[in-house]
Amino acid sequence: MSAQASGEKKEFWRWKEYNWKSDEIDWRKGKIITAGVDVGSVSSQAVIVVDDELYAFSNQRTGSNSPGSAGKAMMWALEGTGMTMDDLHYAIATGYGRVNVPFTDRAITEIACHGRGANYMYGGTVRTVLDMGGQDCKAIHTDARGKVTRFLMNDKCAAGTGRGMEVFADLLGVSIEEVGDMSLEVEKEPPPVSSTCVVFAKSEATSLLRSGWDKEMVLAAYCSAMAHRIVSLLERIGVEKDFAITGGIAKNRGITRRLEKELGLEILDTRYDTQIAGALGAALFGQALVKKGKGRKKSLA
Amino acid sequence: MKANYGYRDGSGDYFIEIDTDLCDGCADCVAACPASIFEVGEDENDPLSDDEVASVKADGRKSLEYDCGPCKPVRDRPELPCVASCKPGAISHSW
Repeated sequence: MSAQASGEKKEFWRWKEYNWKSDEIDWRKGKIITAGVDVGSVSSQAVIVVDDELYAFSNQRTGSNSPGSAGKAMMWALEGTGMTMDDLHYAIATGYGRVNVPFTDRAITEIACHGRGANYMYGGTVRTVLDMGGQDCKAIHTDARGKVTRFLMNDKCAAGTGRGMEVFADLLGVSIEEVGDMSLEVEKEPPPVSSTCVVFAKSEATSLLRSGWDKEMVLAAYCSAMAHRIVSLLERIGVEKDFAITGGIAKNRGITRRLEKELGLEILDTRYDTQIAGALGAALFGQALVKKGKGRKKSLA
Repeated sequence: MKANYGYRDGSGDYFIEIDTDLCDGCADCVAACPASIFEVGEDENDPLSDDEVASVKADGRKSLEYDCGPCKPVRDRPELPCVASCKPGAISHSW
């Protein structure tokens, strides 16, 4: 009997969905409260910022209903805070689904938001930000205040992104949270798979498995192909220190270690969840816009 | 800000670069591009600025491979219409 028929089908691509709030901040004493919602292709986050400090956030999967996911993420971030939508002075949407979020006042591109978010998460020394999301990859240069000075985006393709990693986790039956570490457990680095295209790489991986490669080797070959692809993207824009990665792939040490090796520099570490960078940046822009008197809060019917 | 919009095809990665610090928002490129890929408006990657600048339209970013391809001949390459039309010299390309 197949695993599915016995009801034991495991979803290896699933990562932890959760929410968080600060115990140190009393939002009722805050002057400016803003929210940022990042509706991505794979995940959605909502972040609440009180007087330029991160107060609460939620991180979950984007379902097939993108406006619904935005609302759910927002409600989840508000959960347990005693705050309601009416307490927000400004809400900004970003990410793929940004134009389709009914309760926000404005949409800002994820390029601007990731630059600003990375500046908060990693500090003002960050000059190069690589946003590796579920479905594409963007290289961004920022100044000391997090303003974008140069960016590069390519046409959309899931090659070498989070979604591709999820497909691989599922193919090999390894949890998405373990694929990175597992790919480092090889004695000798195998040659990278010849294409990062998820469809091609998947069939190549299948034939490698059939020829006797173990899971670790196949994962190493895929991670290394992804790292190569990112390096070729970064070469075009140039990597200035300090270098930081945002988005879900930043949690995959199989990619980050290989990138560090190829680029010959260290990638900054952060205590924050790298997936919230976009929503955090959006909320921080909200703060700046309210201070500029640009807060034009929609009446919340 | 140097904004790079690009695509990848069988022969490599290609990018159109718009230097928004040089762009004066005149919209000459909008008229010049045979595939109409440009638009002029608020700089959506710099939300705190009020200047209007040129950018590649949101719905054109996924089809650059097909829109820009015809302006990329193999030889006897004339100057691209967008680059030629830009008086401040804000547009450049990588091929």
